[in-house]
Amino acid sequence: MAELWTGYLLPTVIIVAQIIAIVAPLLLAVAYLTYAERKVLAGMQLRKGPNVVGPFGLGQPIADGLKLLFKETVIPSGANKVVFIAAPVVTFLLGLIGWAVIPFDDGMVLADINVGILYLFAVSSLGVYGVIMAGWASNSKYAFLGALRSAAQMVSYEISIGFVIVTVLLCVGSLNLTEIVRAQEDLWFAVPLLPMFVVFFVSGLAETNRAPFDLPEAEAELVAGFNVEYSSMPFALFFLGEYANMILMSAMTTILFLGGWLPPIDVAPFNWIPGPIWFGAKIAMVLFVFLWVRATFPRYRYDQLMRLGWKVFLPLSLFWVFLTAGVLVATGWVPK
Amino acid sequence: MIVQALAFYMFATVAIAAGVMVISARNPVHSVLFLIAAFFNAAGLFVLMGAEFLAMILVIVYVGAVAVLFLFVVMMLDINFVEMRQGFLQYLPIGGLIGVILLIELLFVFAGWTVTPDAGNVAALPMFDLSEVSNTRALGRLLYTKYIYLFQAAGLVLLVAMIGAIVLTLRPRKGVRRQKVPDQVRRTRAESVEIKKVETGKGI
Repeated sequence: MAELWTGYLLPTVIIVAQIIAIVAPLLLAVAYLTYAERKVLAGMQLRKGPNVVGPFGLGQPIADGLKLLFKETVIPSGANKVVFIAAPVVTFLLGLIGWAVIPFDDGMVLADINVGILYLFAVSSLGVYGVIMAGWASNSKYAFLGALRSAAQMVSYEISIGFVIVTVLLCVGSLNLTEIVRAQEDLWFAVPLLPMFVVFFVSGLAETNRAPFDLPEAEAELVAGFNVEYSSMPFALFFLGEYANMILMSAMTTILFLGGWLPPIDVAPFNWIPGPIWFGAKIAMVLFVFLWVRATFPRYRYDQLMRLGWKVFLPLSLFWVFLTAGVLVATGWVPK
Repeated sequence: MIVQALAFYMFATVAIAAGVMVISARNPVHSVLFLIAAFFNAAGLFVLMGAEFLAMILVIVYVGAVAVLFLFVVMMLDINFVEMRQGFLQYLPIGGLIGVILLIELLFVFAGWTVTPDAGNVAALPMFDLSEVSNTRALGRLLYTKYIYLFQAAGLVLLVAMIGAIVLTLRPRKGVRRQKVPDQVRRTRAESVEIKKVETGKGI
């Protein structure tokens, strides 16, 4: 009995506790990201934003969540029920499982697997399924058009994201996320690989369907895009999944280019602050740029979006892979 | 140990069940979704064998790219489900025969391993000690040294296939007005704006 406890039950309990310790703050962060988005957009447009529920409107995300929870779930009669229900669940799930490999500090990670960055890449490339399943199962023109746009868009931008990851891996020599952050102790990769940093960030906007690449849900053309038939909690799951994906993409940007949990300079006042706080601050900064971009740029036309992905980012990132490899070999800086 | 065995049987059972559903599901979109489930379980089996790189590549390439395009095409097709079911019994014997042949071949391979356990060493593959190098590194060292020519040849085959597909489907269309970004950027105020004084009631 004691063996069963120490061998199987105790590890299970510990892992479940760790998962809760990651997911609960994440969901809180998602809720307050929606609040931050409305406040930032309001500030940039000289409005007040949510300011009624609670002090400074801080109760607004909770009120919105409760409102969605108490609404009726409408399933269209022509919809394919199982896929219709599964789609938001898949989106939400994919927004959460990526966090299993994110290192919050040196050694502070749920699953320190060898191929962490590939796992993250796989999870982010699966995000398209929630959208495409929702669009098809809704049995509605607008939803279907949104889903098709999204499928083409996410597959296109994934390729340049892959090449950006390859350039970083060339400089690190490991697929492990902790190793990637440790390799940036002297210099963050955002400095030597600045063009790749920009390509990654813009592709990240496209991959998470954010403005100016939010064509799958272009409200002026497609009513609301792939989620037009969804109401109440399934809609809320899409919403939560999208914002969790934004945070995950920001975390990936931070780990690959902004030195993860490392302080900007390794001197006294900076390295007193613990790593997770640096990590959170960097994620918040990247997220602010996500919101800033939304307030600033108009939506891309579809052919322009495809042109940017295939004719600009793909050749540029491919060139940088070759350049990085060439420089590393020529200077003998190839890791191990 | 028992957890691993349980995980193996779970992945294997679900993979086979999903495979059966791929060919027996009435709706082709459901078939593709079951195919994706089968891919996932195959990736799970790879992880159990300690081949985590192959597992992730399987998910990225097959689930993340190939199956998306598959789903894309199947969703757009206007398929008559009744017509599609009719050929099922007709092709069943041939399909079954192929399945049986594959099963026999697999049994031969397995029997070979059991009868002569050191048959694997005859092939003289330069295997790495997987306790020292990660399997990503081991795969890379093999692919880019010993098998570099085969690897490059495989890449060229894919490139030719891609070019072939583009050549077959590309049709020049007349009257397409493409966006010329350099021209748009080069435009200046002087050549695109003209200010005219219009007198009341006259027009330009």
